[in-house]
Amino acid sequence: MTINTEMKVRVTEIRQVADKVKRFRFERAGGGPMPVFSGGAHVIVSMRDGKALRRNPYSLMSSPEDTKGYEISVLRVENSRGGSAFLHEKLKEGDELVLSQPVNLFPFDQRGKKHIMMAGGIGITPFIAMMEQMERGGKAFELYYAVRTRSHGAYWKELQQRYGAHRVKIYCDAEKLFIPVGKILANQPLGTHLYVCGPAGMINGVLGKASELGWPRQNLHAEEFLAPPPGKAFQVRLAKSNRAIDVAPHQSILEALEANGVDAPYLCRGGACGQCETGVVSCDGGLEHNDHFLEPDEKASGKKIMICVSRITGNAVTLDL
Amino acid sequence: MLVAGIKSRPVYGGLNIDRHAMRHLFALEGEGALAVLDQVKAVGPDFLKHADILYAASGSKDQEHDRKLAALGADTFWLAPTIPVLLNRLNVMLGQAHMGAHIHLAGTEGFIGQAQQVAMNHGVDPASLHTEHRGSTARRVQCVHCKGITDNVTTSPYACSACGLSLLVRDHYSRRLGAFQGVCIDAEEPGSAPKPEELFP
Repeated sequence: MTINTEMKVRVTEIRQVADKVKRFRFERAGGGPMPVFSGGAHVIVSMRDGKALRRNPYSLMSSPEDTKGYEISVLRVENSRGGSAFLHEKLKEGDELVLSQPVNLFPFDQRGKKHIMMAGGIGITPFIAMMEQMERGGKAFELYYAVRTRSHGAYWKELQQRYGAHRVKIYCDAEKLFIPVGKILANQPLGTHLYVCGPAGMINGVLGKASELGWPRQNLHAEEFLAPPPGKAFQVRLAKSNRAIDVAPHQSILEALEANGVDAPYLCRGGACGQCETGVVSCDGGLEHNDHFLEPDEKASGKKIMICVSRITGNAVTLDL
Repeated sequence: MLVAGIKSRPVYGGLNIDRHAMRHLFALEGEGALAVLDQVKAVGPDFLKHADILYAASGSKDQEHDRKLAALGADTFWLAPTIPVLLNRLNVMLGQAHMGAHIHLAGTEGFIGQAQQVAMNHGVDPASLHTEHRGSTARRVQCVHCKGITDNVTTSPYACSACGLSLLVRDHYSRRLGAFQGVCIDAEEPGSAPKPEELFP
């Protein structure tokens, strides 16, 4: 079952904050407070774009204690599946949208003595809310933020002003400055936790370096939401309800199910949380696992699939639904 | 008499020397010395160059494990007179330690539990500790009624060292306290407790 009490909200402010990055503020359409969340949480934004219903996860970046509204920042992605293009080009102030309750798959470890955050580009968003919460709680933290150019990087100036240049460090690709990961990680006190949010290559590079330097995996945290990658069309057969549903090239299995009125469970829609794990009864081709959740042996077994991001290479797959 | 099959009962994974560790800190008690000596046999002595060893002999003083440990040639070796003194030193060393240092605890369960408490206070996740149970299976148990802690409990039931109640030892374990839980066994009919059984030699 999906825990998903949806909230109707109105867009109260849209602001361009950097090249290709816009910030959106949402407040309840009928007035009243939003739930308090914890730094690192995200919401699923449901967008009605013509005939299509898009649901994308975005990290909350406003203060976790601001119950008047939620804010997200969205990068306009080239070749977007439609979510970021819709938000950037079609959504206007005053429009109404539907948000899920906040869900946190990327919380900071409250037992930690110190917190090191490394962000790449738009991966900065969950850390803005986290730092707000850490500052309030008197936690020691440092942010290392990599941006392509200073005009592409959102919020770096504000963050440096607020927390000081000793705690917020900016590394700009265009100036040939890169986060000195090894140097930073080699010199941290016991009880430090590391958080990474950015492109897959950055996450793998940073976490790999940390493991090489003897950091235990309990102290390593990362979040990357995947957009469901497109592929070829195929058919999904539902074993329990005895139905057949077509999945289009730019649709995920989950989206195809929803478009046909099937209420399948989900939480993050980005291959991270494990909520949409579904049993595979049979498949006439290979499974294309695109998630971060299943263990390699589970992926190899061919018995499970995360329907929010994964596909098949064959023509038909039968799911235990 | 023992209440077993409780999930919180700790499992000790055994020491293992991660080649990525920047430093190794060993806190050892009694027969726990043998866990390190076995690691040297298994993987060679290289890791000792970056190792600090703290040792309290406790009940195995006569075995002279301390001499074997001292002869290993670790970066530092320190023989503590008692467990509390060792824990104090461990606390100071962890306060100066860096990420990348691996912490190894070996000895009786009561010792591992107390050393783990010290590490947790430095923000260390217990799952990232290397632990190996060696020596007696005697337990450190908290009386859930008076909160008194009794070390080296070998029987169940046992008499609480603080309030005297007859306590049934459960596998229910508190990481925060580093102790198992003991519950009064004859509350309805004081004096009707069964005879203590030697369960944790």
